[in-house]
Amino acid sequence: MIEIKNLSKSFGDNHVLKNISVKFQRGKVNMIIGQSGSGKSVLAKCVVGLLKPDSGEVEYDNQDFIAMDLDEKIEVRKNIGMLFQGGALFDSMTVEENIMFPLTMFTDMKKSEMRDRANECLERVNLAGKNDLYPAETSGGMQKRIAIARAISMKPKYLFCDEPNSGLDPQTSIVIDNLIRDITEEMDITTVVISHDMNSVIEIGDYIMFIYKGENWWEGTSKEILSTKNQEINDFVYASEFMKTLKDKLA
Amino acid sequence: MGEIYYHIGRYSMLIFRVFSKPEKFSIYRKNFVQEIDKIGLSSIGIVSLMSTFIGVVIALQTASNIDSPLLPAYTVGFTVRQSIILEFSPTIIALILAGKVGSNIASEIGTMRVTEQIDALDIMGVNSAAYLILPKILAAIFIFPFLIIISMFLGIFGGMLISWITGIVTVNDYIYGIQYDFKPFSIVYAMIKTVVFAFVITTISSYFGYFSKGSALEVGRSSTAAVVYSSVFILLLNLILTQLILI
Repeated sequence: MIEIKNLSKSFGDNHVLKNISVKFQRGKVNMIIGQSGSGKSVLAKCVVGLLKPDSGEVEYDNQDFIAMDLDEKIEVRKNIGMLFQGGALFDSMTVEENIMFPLTMFTDMKKSEMRDRANECLERVNLAGKNDLYPAETSGGMQKRIAIARAISMKPKYLFCDEPNSGLDPQTSIVIDNLIRDITEEMDITTVVISHDMNSVIEIGDYIMFIYKGENWWEGTSKEILSTKNQEINDFVYASEFMKTLKDKLA
Repeated sequence: MGEIYYHIGRYSMLIFRVFSKPEKFSIYRKNFVQEIDKIGLSSIGIVSLMSTFIGVVIALQTASNIDSPLLPAYTVGFTVRQSIILEFSPTIIALILAGKVGSNIASEIGTMRVTEQIDALDIMGVNSAAYLILPKILAAIFIFPFLIIISMFLGIFGGMLISWITGIVTVNDYIYGIQYDFKPFSIVYAMIKTVVFAFVITTISSYFGYFSKGSALEVGRSSTAAVVYSSVFILLLNLILTQLILI
């Protein structure tokens, strides 16, 4: 479980996050949604330690991450897998080397064991046999799946996904969404997904947090978000004609 | 003025992180060998070409400027040796390497920054500064002296070759000139400068690449800044080291 308490972050006079408190449950897909520029990515970066918040606490299984020294933070980070918006695969390494990289850095596994683990992860994301390709030789959807394989290679306790569907076609988006949901359930991990894709929210979101102007504006489930009377959420959720039609039909 | 202090502070903190304890020596050793290839071996061509031609030109220019019969013929070899060993090889080659290696380092690390690869390393718990920069610094400090020795040899050889081809001086006079009043400390001085410049080029270029922000355009700017600042610091340190060591 990840718990955020009263977290604030400003850049000069721009108060991006205002006193955010939230709990992300284990075994669930927790989604952070909101408009572009609402502070979703900044929140995620504060939670994983890429940005230092001005105030507040971030607890990983009741351990205060922000108060930890660097060595302790590194230990926690070994349990974090992250899927970046662009994949963030290492260009100079093959797919297999990318997946084996965290194992090479932090374990004493033999090369054959690491290769087995890489194959296992590749099979899990339906990319068996793609070991020797370079990231540049793969499609956007494949890169996302390779990034997921790399993120789970160390069997993390926490998985962060920053806009996993950006730049993908609807079919591939569904594949990625299902993969994230299945991995969360199978590995019983705490997954946090940052998204503004309403399809994903409805498909896989167990718990949803809506950020508006840097504040935790609303929390609930994917069913509740469709029926809430909150104006800001309705403006966000039913922004497209498709969602408006869906709402009318549901009504 | 505040911005200068900001950059000095941030550069110092980056260097401190670079020299903190590595996660796994075997990985760093492998990266070190790869960097020797990328930074050093791939520069042999340009260094050889430049050095040979500069040696040739120095020999020709010296010969064309010696009109007085009072100046001995071996002056050509002597001048080529002094120019190449004291200044051309350690300093001018360092400036060329600042352009080639420096821009390469800044754009490589800068691209990793803007494509979130450095963030990925940090989140995994890897000390990204040490992982990316330390092997480059060590490789440059290790391989640059070899490049400079090759440059010295080829520069002096180029002068001898043109002397032989054109007959401006005899090969015997040229060889006498390159041996005349030779002080081995000149080589030590050149090596000290080389090691300092290797550190300057790799750390300044890495600094600009590591703190790139935004888009590909910004990576290009970082790359340019890396070359400009590396060159300025090479010239400045050249002056300081010459004053400290030779005077």
